[in-house]
Amino acid sequence: MSGTETRPDRGQSRERGHGPGVGRDLGVGHSAPRPDGTLKVTGEFAYSSDLYLADMVWGATLRGPHPSARIRSVDVGPALAMPGVLAALTCEDVPGELFYGLDRRDQPVLAADRVRYQGEPVAIVAADHPERARRAAAAIVVDYEVTEAVTDPRRAAFDPSCPAVHDGGNVVRHQPVRVGGDFTAPVVVTGEYEVGMQDQAFLGPESGLAVPAEDGGVDLFVATQWLHVDRDQIAPCLGLPPELVRLTLAGVGGAFGAREDLSMQVHACMLALRTGRPVKMVYGRQESFFGHVHRHPARMRYEHGADLDGRLRYVRAEILLDGGAYCSSTPAVVGNAASLGVGPYEVPNVWIDAYGVYTNNPPCGAMRGFGAVQACFAYESQMDRLAEACGLSPVEVRVRNAVSQGSRLATGQVIDSPAPLAGMLRELAAMPLPPEPSRTAGPVAVPPPAGPARAAAATSVPDPAGVRAPGAAATPDLLDLPGGVAQTTHGEGVRRGVGYGVGIKNICFSEGFDDHSTARVRVELLGGEPHVLVRTAAAEVGQGLVTVQEQIARTELGVERVTVAQADTTVGSAGSTSASRQSYVTGGAVRAACRAVRERLAVLRANGETLAETLERAGAVEETRVYRHRPTFPMDPVTGQGDSHAQLALCVHRAVVDVDVELGLVKVVELAAVQDVGRVLNPLALEGQIHGGSAQGLGLALMEEVQVVDGRVLNPSFTDYLIPTILDMPPMRVSVLANPDPHAPYGLRGAGEPPTLSSTPAVAAAVRAATGLRLPRVPIRPHDIAMDGSRYGNWAGDRSL
Amino acid sequence: MNGETDITGADGVPDPVTADLRLSVNGVPRPVTVDTRETLLDTLREHLGLTGAKKGCDHGQCGACTVLVDGRRALSCLTLTVTADDVEIVTVEGLADGDALHPLQAAFIENDALQCGYCTPGQLCSAAGALAEAADGWPSAVTPDLSAPPRLDETEIRERMSGNLCRCGAYPGIVAAVGQVAR
Repeated sequence: MSGTETRPDRGQSRERGHGPGVGRDLGVGHSAPRPDGTLKVTGEFAYSSDLYLADMVWGATLRGPHPSARIRSVDVGPALAMPGVLAALTCEDVPGELFYGLDRRDQPVLAADRVRYQGEPVAIVAADHPERARRAAAAIVVDYEVTEAVTDPRRAAFDPSCPAVHDGGNVVRHQPVRVGGDFTAPVVVTGEYEVGMQDQAFLGPESGLAVPAEDGGVDLFVATQWLHVDRDQIAPCLGLPPELVRLTLAGVGGAFGAREDLSMQVHACMLALRTGRPVKMVYGRQESFFGHVHRHPARMRYEHGADLDGRLRYVRAEILLDGGAYCSSTPAVVGNAASLGVGPYEVPNVWIDAYGVYTNNPPCGAMRGFGAVQACFAYESQMDRLAEACGLSPVEVRVRNAVSQGSRLATGQVIDSPAPLAGMLRELAAMPLPPEPSRTAGPVAVPPPAGPARAAAATSVPDPAGVRAPGAAATPDLLDLPGGVAQTTHGEGVRRGVGYGVGIKNICFSEGFDDHSTARVRVELLGGEPHVLVRTAAAEVGQGLVTVQEQIARTELGVERVTVAQADTTVGSAGSTSASRQSYVTGGAVRAACRAVRERLAVLRANGETLAETLERAGAVEETRVYRHRPTFPMDPVTGQGDSHAQLALCVHRAVVDVDVELGLVKVVELAAVQDVGRVLNPLALEGQIHGGSAQGLGLALMEEVQVVDGRVLNPSFTDYLIPTILDMPPMRVSVLANPDPHAPYGLRGAGEPPTLSSTPAVAAAVRAATGLRLPRVPIRPHDIAMDGSRYGNWAGDRSL
Repeated sequence: MNGETDITGADGVPDPVTADLRLSVNGVPRPVTVDTRETLLDTLREHLGLTGAKKGCDHGQCGACTVLVDGRRALSCLTLTVTADDVEIVTVEGLADGDALHPLQAAFIENDALQCGYCTPGQLCSAAGALAEAADGWPSAVTPDLSAPPRLDETEIRERMSGNLCRCGAYPGIVAAVGQVAR
């Protein structure tokens, strides 16, 4: 069954099934409904792709087809000659800076002398109809000289003869972590792991509307994650001061990291300024696959050394992240992979080298989990192998090494808030397991039924011969089997497996970044009643931040009527909707501004006056506050030491799968999760975050991969890039802990990303338990199970002493 | 229809062939003249100002454009508008009865069956279609007994809603919301 369990001693009771009612508390800790919910279910919510102005025209982008090529010439003449075409622009038309980027300004607004990845923008056009714009873009003639593409990240990193994708070499960042010096142990397990390139695959493709303004500036309505950093990249490229580039958040159809970098922003503004007309740009699904960064694919080598009792003595790791053609946020992704590379375990000796490299593959950057996802798959796979080697259950080996409050990370940072990992694992393991698939009459071999003790241990390789279910011959209901109605066997090869995964994620921006948010809160009388207006630049992308902002204002000010204004750049930066940080940082800013308003009101208020009377007499009260979390510090470039993170969050998953080992089909039967969120702000919205993060981790484990061969993407569509459907997503058991972090507003802990980490290794471990295969790569494809499994050797045969 | 012989315009590109249609959308007559190559999704969004139906993929892969055509689910991105003459089209904008939300809309809010909401118009139309199909006795691939009216349990809901992607992963809420209305 699906459901969240919250015990009375730890959080708010579950409120699913109750709509907002009169007098119901809709403040912090309650399942206040989304203020945008009604607009979203009636189709009235205006997404960036829904914007319309009567005189607007349409922009389109011409993208280079080659992963690496020199551009000899670009001729926009044929496009300009077409009816309805208003402009066709190239790099020579960029009014200001030619490059932008989150970390390094290395990405051309439009390619100049060369293209570095398949799909790089070369020219843009504006026309009076989207189809005319598309055809005009296609009519532009570009003369390319194809050059050698660098597509092997290992070669890019370590082969001096490899061509440089950018001047200055291919290594974007190398971050070592060095602790201790004893790399010997009686039990050693080694493994090489790979994570494929995952796409955020938000359902609302990149889009926006740029409107030229009379003051020579531009107003841009766009779906993004961070309005101010967009503006600070756009304005220099347009040659405009930042105050002439005004951004307003349009409705965001999902983000997951993919809107952290610019896509059509500068292009639409350039076309608007050139044509003097509002310009709308909307990517199609295929273009979207080329229009944003992906999750870094990773190649990782791990060696874990432990005592015979399973306690870790050392971890050595090399983590190689393919950043693709441009820098994006690769340095920060490398920082996360390095600092969290051993996972939430106490390890006295650590030797990690994490690299992010340039190649001519698609650019990679932010995606939910950000660098911690890749390492988590590898270290959790290693923990299972260590369990096997030491004869321990996966839960026990993790419990024995689990961090807790006071533990030291590999970076030397001490965990100074609750981190009850061992207890979380025990709780997870004690959750009841789902029943075996229902069976009807007929003879068939099935694996032994998993009793609680055996299944909780979950490492036993199922008896390959199988045994009959007790109580007589049984045939599984095909509808319950992996593949469902598409099953072509009668389930003879179906095996059940159970696996565990643990993840640790940094919350908020790390490594010394000045991470802050700004909130303006105004209390006034509206229709004779007190009303609160909250204004921030924080991007609501579906996670429910607008709800949380309202709840905070209600709780802090005791006013029921609260409105959160549409986010724009008329107020200070809120930072990015990334790193699970907005409830913490923008929530902190809203709380601080509310408290400042409250203090002002306390001074203004005369004895016995109601709030309405005070506001009537004294007028509106407005305060703006900037909130910063505690400072973080850079990692030492040689040793990796440093208190680089503001907050750390833990999530643990158990996955139960049925695998048809002959067909290679996997059905996830159940996911269970335990997560410590510090404080539950909104139980219903939190549950959604845990479901969603778990689903995306499941996708990475079993189906999601941008397939890139020789720098070319093979599957830029939802026919070929598969994301979990409602049939793939199993029922979930969720248990939420609320051990407050004393450093954070309300004690909260960022919640959106941690489940994305731990569900992937849990599902992979469950498939391994069911098949006995090593499966060192995600996503695990059917042929990894059914065809090529033998080359990985037997799961149990890898013990090294 | 026009342009049956020479359809080449001055620029060498064929002039569009247009058709005058009497669409009926959400109970309102909406006469339009459209390019015969145009999809119903583009007609709704670009000509009729009904942007509720979403273009998530434009290839029938995601379900975000789902509308009801004569009460049955249709992917409007794969439906040519010319085929929708003289039928009744219902979009997400037409589900509510005035200010009163459709029970599915209320259930989606109550069960938080959405996050970003981009897939929600398609999910809602799809769910409305699924309820109607079940009420009319249509079995699905997972209906156990073809001789009895299908009962929309979780398995049936998942099967019948499997054409609508939700990247936010709000599936547990969607199952709960549809189940609540189906009961």
